[in-house]
Amino acid sequence: MINTYIEMVPALLNGAKITIEVLVLSLIFTYIIAFIAGLGKLSKFRAIRVVCTIYIEIFRGTSLLVQLFWIYFVLPFFGIEFSALTAGVIAMSLCYGAYASEVVRGAILSIPKGQTEAAIALNMTPFQRMMKIIIPQAFKIMLPGFGNLSIELMKGTSLVSLITLGDLTYQSLTLRNTNVAHTTEIFVALLVIYFIIALPLIVLARWLERRASLGRV
Amino acid sequence: MSIWSWSYTFEVFPIIFDALWITLAATITAYVLAMVLGLVLAILRRSAFKPLTWIVIGLSEFIRATPPLVQLFFVFYVLPFYGISLSPFVAGTLALGVHYSTYCAEIYRSGIDSVPRGQWEAATSLNFSSTQKWRKIILPQAIPPIIPMLGNYLISMFKDTPILSAITVVETLQAAKIAGSASFRYLEPFTIVGVLFLLLSYPSALLIKKLEVKLNRRSLGKKDKKLKEKGVAA
Amino acid sequence: MLAVRTEEFIGKNAVETANPLVAYKKVSKAFGEVKVIRDLDFNVSPGEKVAIIGPSGSGKTTLIRLLMTLEEPTSGVIEINGEPLWHKEVKGKLVKADEKHLHKMRGQIGMVFQQFNLFPHMTVLRNCTEAPVNVLGMSRKEAEERAKAMLAKVGLENKLDSYPAQLSGGQQQRVAIARALVMRPKVMLFDEPTSALDPELVGEVLDVIREIAEEGEMAMILVTHEMEFAKDVADRIVFTDGGKIVEQGDPKEIFENPKSERLQSFLKRMRS
Ligand SMILES: Nc1ncnc2c1ncn2[C@@H]1O[C@H](COP(=O)(O)OP(=O)(O)OP(=O)(O)O)[C@@H](O)[C@H]1O
Ligand SMILES: [Mg+2]
Repeated sequence: MINTYIEMVPALLNGAKITIEVLVLSLIFTYIIAFIAGLGKLSKFRAIRVVCTIYIEIFRGTSLLVQLFWIYFVLPFFGIEFSALTAGVIAMSLCYGAYASEVVRGAILSIPKGQTEAAIALNMTPFQRMMKIIIPQAFKIMLPGFGNLSIELMKGTSLVSLITLGDLTYQSLTLRNTNVAHTTEIFVALLVIYFIIALPLIVLARWLERRASLGRV
Repeated sequence: MSIWSWSYTFEVFPIIFDALWITLAATITAYVLAMVLGLVLAILRRSAFKPLTWIVIGLSEFIRATPPLVQLFFVFYVLPFYGISLSPFVAGTLALGVHYSTYCAEIYRSGIDSVPRGQWEAATSLNFSSTQKWRKIILPQAIPPIIPMLGNYLISMFKDTPILSAITVVETLQAAKIAGSASFRYLEPFTIVGVLFLLLSYPSALLIKKLEVKLNRRSLGKKDKKLKEKGVAA
Repeated sequence: MLAVRTEEFIGKNAVETANPLVAYKKVSKAFGEVKVIRDLDFNVSPGEKVAIIGPSGSGKTTLIRLLMTLEEPTSGVIEINGEPLWHKEVKGKLVKADEKHLHKMRGQIGMVFQQFNLFPHMTVLRNCTEAPVNVLGMSRKEAEERAKAMLAKVGLENKLDSYPAQLSGGQQQRVAIARALVMRPKVMLFDEPTSALDPELVGEVLDVIREIAEEGEMAMILVTHEMEFAKDVADRIVFTDGGKIVEQGDPKEIFENPKSERLQSFLKRMRS
């Protein structure tokens, strides 16, 4: 039994590398998109608001897997071809970015009006008001939401195995094909590895949640 | 748009639309499981027997932290080794239902925790049994405020059903994939799937938001009334 | 020195009865390190009306919550009609009772809470019939008859179909009293039943309690800050401080001739 696990190590290690790569890249782009779309939905320009709303509702209203397939299998029809890794990162970022943008927007809206008014009274430009007064306060409110979304995103990375990207899940499925007798070991190991990857995110998310509920935001 | 073929669209639409029933059946089956199991988890978590509480918490955290897709494979590929062979549909709804039950449990818990302690004490003072307390006093107060949140999970689960295609359940996405691979055209089938999901989930989300506002207003209304009474009295 | 004197007062004033309905025997209760009730002995006779007074934090609420089985004593025994409440005798030894035993014993006790604790999702009538039907196994019709009689007694026969949120605080507390009465307990506990009420609503609730007290059959333990009312209604006043009974006795004696320093200063503070 120990041997079985040792034989699995190289393949799973490779898979873990890909999973973490997808995870980290998607996290970065998710939160960039979140701020762009979240602020865009609050823009005073109607056109920007409409575009952001359409983006958010489309990506929140359909499935991540459908989006992934669309980007990977359909876009080539328009001459846009991505590697599986790129397609995976794009789909994940767009999907979770849409959810995260709602966290951004909600946090900004929760800042009392008096803060904006005080900033106006100090003759700050709208840009200064946002960057120096509103966002620093709102950011702390966003953090628990971001923590939980990051866990969701981590779990979502497993879907890239379905567009043949060699992540943890994909490697395990391949391993299973050649070692059917060890199916149990393979999937137990897989679940445990995902849990280990999730653990720091969970600890972080719970800590942020607790901090927020204590009012020390 | 010359790339888009309407004739092909009309050809594959009925196939995909038929598979929508499988998607909906899987959603509802898994949802019922998640609601029931979630309630059981939430109640067990409050058990006075601490080891049970810890087991429930640990297991829930583990299930919630690992991908539902992998859990799906686990149920489908591992359980047969222990004499439990399930059809893809049953395995899929089981995995999805169990995964989401841990989320539902958290929602129930928030609802249960918001019932004031005095309600439990009054129920004890009237000598209700433990089961009667849950059924007659606590749950009727805990559940109505969380209905919108539970509704949101229904939509989430609906949008997660495409992963069942990974274990060959022919739901909408899988039907589209099969149709697409036969003709090497994915544009129309996958777009149809996307639009179907959007058409079903977006209005549902709006509906739930409306319900939420209504519930909020009702509970706010009650508070207002009490405040007014106090104000008038003082 | 004070401790010795305290014991003396209790000895003199304690009501000695052969068969008390409720008996606390060397009962203590601690929350973590904090001792809230200390080695307390306390009896209530059938039908007796006892008022408990004392400064905030002296353990009055805890004292009656122990009897309602809402708190478990850290040590000591509480008996109802000679039968241990929290314990069961197994082969001559007292062991912790199970839920079944508690359920049997609770049938003799009722309680009215400071915050009313009506069930907000039930009508007034339903609040008063739910327990008789489910706990006592009465038919709904029978339970409704009994509930209506009790609601009439508290003056709310015309509010049967209202929900608690539609009632004033005083009305809510009267429903809570009716709800507890319907169960016909042998002893009824009141935890500051009027202190969550606006001042002009206190009277209507006190009147109801007085009326019940005058009927006489049911024993009552009443925690209250309404000194005049306590003096009026109670057969005996118990003054607690620091988790102990410092002085107890006839209402007139207690109020007009307090012996312990602590009771004297407490009464002075209450009057000012
Ligand atoms: N659940 C609890 N956990 C910890 N401490 C408690 C708990 N309940 C009561 N206490 C403490 O026990 C002491 C006695 O409380 P209790 O409520 O019995 O006093 P009381 O005489 O009823 O006071 P009041 O007149 O303010 O109602 C207080 O110091 C209180 O802080
Ligand atoms: Mg008290």
